[in-house]
Amino acid sequence: MTRDGRLLRGVVLVAVGLGLIAPITLGLWQTARAAFGILPALGRDTLSLDPWRDLALLPGFATSLRLTLVTGVGSTLLSVLMATGFCAAVHARMTPAAGARLLTPFLAIPHAAMAVGLAFVLAPSGWIARALAPLAGWDRPPELATVNDGWGFALLVGLMVKEVPFLLLVILSALGQIPVARHMAAGRALGYGRGIVWIKIIMPQVWPLIRLPVWVVLAYALSVVDMAIILGPSNPPTLAVAVTRWFTNPDPAMILPASAGAILQAVIVAAGVALLIGAEAAMRRAGRWWLRRGGRGLSAEPGLRAASAAVMVLMGLGALAMLSLVVWSVAWRWSFPQILPESWSLRPWGGAHDGWMRALANTGLLAGATVAVSLALAIAWLEGEDRARRTRAPWAEALIYLPLLVPQIGFLFGLNVAFLHIGISSGMAAVIWAQVVFVFPYVMIALSDPWRALDPRMIHAAAALGAGPGRRLWAVKLPILLRPILTAAAVGVAVSVAQYLPTLFMGAGRVATLTTEAVTLSSGSDRRVTGVYATLQAALPFAAYLAAFAIPAILHRNRRDLTGAPAHEP
Amino acid sequence: MKPALIAALSLSLATPALADWQQTLDTARGQTVYWNAWGGDERTNAFIAWVSTQTQALYGVTVEQVKLTDTAEAVTRVIAEKAAGQNDGGAVDLIWINGPNFLAMKEQGLLHGPFVADLPNAQYLDLGPTSPASVDFTVPVDGMESPWRLAKFVFSYDAAKVAEPPRSMAGFADWAAANPGRFTHPVPSNFMGATFLKQALIELAPDAAVLQQPVTGAAFDAATAPLWAWYDALRPNLWRQGETYPENESVQQQLLNDGEVDIAMSFDPASTAAAIADGLLPETARVFVPVGGSIGNISFVAIPYNAAHIDGAKVVANFLLDPATQAHMQDITVLGSFSVLDPAKLDLAAQAAFAALPTSDALPTLADLGPTLLEPHASWMTRLTDEWARRYTK
Repeated sequence: MTRDGRLLRGVVLVAVGLGLIAPITLGLWQTARAAFGILPALGRDTLSLDPWRDLALLPGFATSLRLTLVTGVGSTLLSVLMATGFCAAVHARMTPAAGARLLTPFLAIPHAAMAVGLAFVLAPSGWIARALAPLAGWDRPPELATVNDGWGFALLVGLMVKEVPFLLLVILSALGQIPVARHMAAGRALGYGRGIVWIKIIMPQVWPLIRLPVWVVLAYALSVVDMAIILGPSNPPTLAVAVTRWFTNPDPAMILPASAGAILQAVIVAAGVALLIGAEAAMRRAGRWWLRRGGRGLSAEPGLRAASAAVMVLMGLGALAMLSLVVWSVAWRWSFPQILPESWSLRPWGGAHDGWMRALANTGLLAGATVAVSLALAIAWLEGEDRARRTRAPWAEALIYLPLLVPQIGFLFGLNVAFLHIGISSGMAAVIWAQVVFVFPYVMIALSDPWRALDPRMIHAAAALGAGPGRRLWAVKLPILLRPILTAAAVGVAVSVAQYLPTLFMGAGRVATLTTEAVTLSSGSDRRVTGVYATLQAALPFAAYLAAFAIPAILHRNRRDLTGAPAHEP
Repeated sequence: MKPALIAALSLSLATPALADWQQTLDTARGQTVYWNAWGGDERTNAFIAWVSTQTQALYGVTVEQVKLTDTAEAVTRVIAEKAAGQNDGGAVDLIWINGPNFLAMKEQGLLHGPFVADLPNAQYLDLGPTSPASVDFTVPVDGMESPWRLAKFVFSYDAAKVAEPPRSMAGFADWAAANPGRFTHPVPSNFMGATFLKQALIELAPDAAVLQQPVTGAAFDAATAPLWAWYDALRPNLWRQGETYPENESVQQQLLNDGEVDIAMSFDPASTAAAIADGLLPETARVFVPVGGSIGNISFVAIPYNAAHIDGAKVVANFLLDPATQAHMQDITVLGSFSVLDPAKLDLAAQAAFAALPTSDALPTLADLGPTLLEPHASWMTRLTDEWARRYTK
């Protein structure tokens, strides 16, 4: 391990530790204090369990808890099953590049925007009902609870529309590291059905590669706020929404049970992850027995077809939702049961609603700054590993994932108090910092695999020609890795644009972004303006993804192996 | 509204007795006031943007609206700042506030003031002890918040679809039984949903006078017994059988436009006319109020104790009370909120400005709106919504 490498690693670790991990710990600590009755601002300074008792006695608490568990765990399990089934069915016919192109719009659009669109598509007065109205003879919307339903079904669907594409991408890229075709051929030759080969041979190899992303999906689904406000039930809402409401109750004393709820939220996520770990261990035992039994059935085939069909339905819903946002943004009068607006107008885009320019500028600035900081940190981290010739320790991996696993509501109130204590006032800088906490992990995850997959012979050749570590980084690694770096940046842009709670809490509401405005407006009556913001919200990350495809293609147009287009199919 | 007219109206106030005010104006120049206001209504947002252009031109004060989804967010922010010991330079300069949020901030000592009497335009207000401008949900204002717009509870409906809307709160139960699933109200944790319950409580309570006193257990049980009987009859016939409720009145207005329900409600008598003009409600939408009258109150602005720009905030609060500003605000093509000023205290020019405002079929006259019922004491609202949640949130 060179001294140079040690120094770089040290600097990066300190930056990540102090910049990202410390705020989370600090925030959790402040929230936990309030959860146990200590909040000096309200004159509470004795340790007590009262906040927990108050929490348990709040009306609808049990239902909120049940809703959270059903929608969070249910959407994650169903998404994993569907994504796996879909991959099993189409993998042989779809290249990872084609998959990425198809999935990009779904990954780029933030949860809130997707929720606004879906709410319109699914509602009893929405697009689907309007299409059916002439057939069913409805002159009024049917009385069906298709959104904000008491079971949280609409929220479940909404989460799956966002989660399935993400898992598909993760699984497809994991499959790239496994000789699927050979295993499949061997399995089929031994008389196993396609689905059974997939379940018994391929998935056990894929799971370790997608385990962490599945945890992230679970943590997110258990603690989502913006999508649950728009699609979920309101009386009572899911726990995360209820906690957010209690934090903003007119009675300041509600902060205490709200903090207890926030800590409970963190405990639920931890329990959910523990459950997955337990299930994995159980499967490992049961799976071995099942494998040895040697069943070769074809029974999984209908399951695969059902999963593929379900995925197609979800993607269709998502596509309709995105389209409906664009249509609303240019509508004027549009009432039930018209399938298209009765009158059109560009007024939502201009006139009195010129506020979107500023929100767009803020969003762009935040995305640029957070992605720049995150990329610099990620590259420094990876280069540090290279120079030290070390692989990543599990604790370091855990460090990266921590911000994605701890529910935001669990530490944001505490973090706000902590920031103010240190003297960092709310504003742009605080928002950038808070967003980096969430952008950095995604950038790091997106960049790690391509970085490690870099052909070491290039580096050795450069070193043999006398290039030092710095020159090897700037002249060889970064240009070759331009495409994955830009892809990681696009992922970062998408994450930054989607941040709602950190922007709201740390910006003292002053930093208006497309997402904060879209969520605020979705509590209003004007879908047309909401459509403008949601369209822009989806367009910005989409533009970043397009740039990530286009820039390497242009810069490297005379370097066939660097254009990003696969030179030869495996 | 011409800036020159506003300037003329404001200059007429520059008497020597208001030398302190000149000092406030001097300090305020160049400040940016962060006005925390609910952001769900585009017309209000546009009005606040207009206020900013005016105060910039007149006083060099910029207004930045911090758009809230719920006013309590601003209260929480001030509490977080107090928790961190940040007793000056706070992030919130001005809050659109009233009722329980005001009570909470006043009780916690989170407000700056009293300051209203120092505002030159306070001369146009009726600040008598029982005037609506002096009492906020029966809590004395004590000069800790300044009025800016009048709110009066009204229902709206589509006259093309509903021949005869209910005439009284009691009538809603029969109407809903005849038209199941066609009526709902915002969730009572929302201000408007709570107001719907209070409106019913005032009409149904055996003795409405007790509502003006702080709530007690016995008084609550006696006053609300008929309300719960009425609500138990109403609820099964609500939209989605009362299993879920719209988040706020704007979402309910959208349901009315979508045709999912037949009746919506608002705290702004002009909102229906405004929504029609904006393409957000059918041309046939109209307004009605129960025959016994409806709840009215005043929306205020308050300044947190640790605000960074207290002087700028006062300048904005004063500008909002300017007769020219109030007339501009009452114009239904602008905002359509009724003025908080006492008509008797206005000069002829200002009275003429109000008389010249445009009208619309969907805009009720003051006579249509009937008597104004007083808000119950704020403690009733908290108790009422808690009890509602206990009964109907399972």
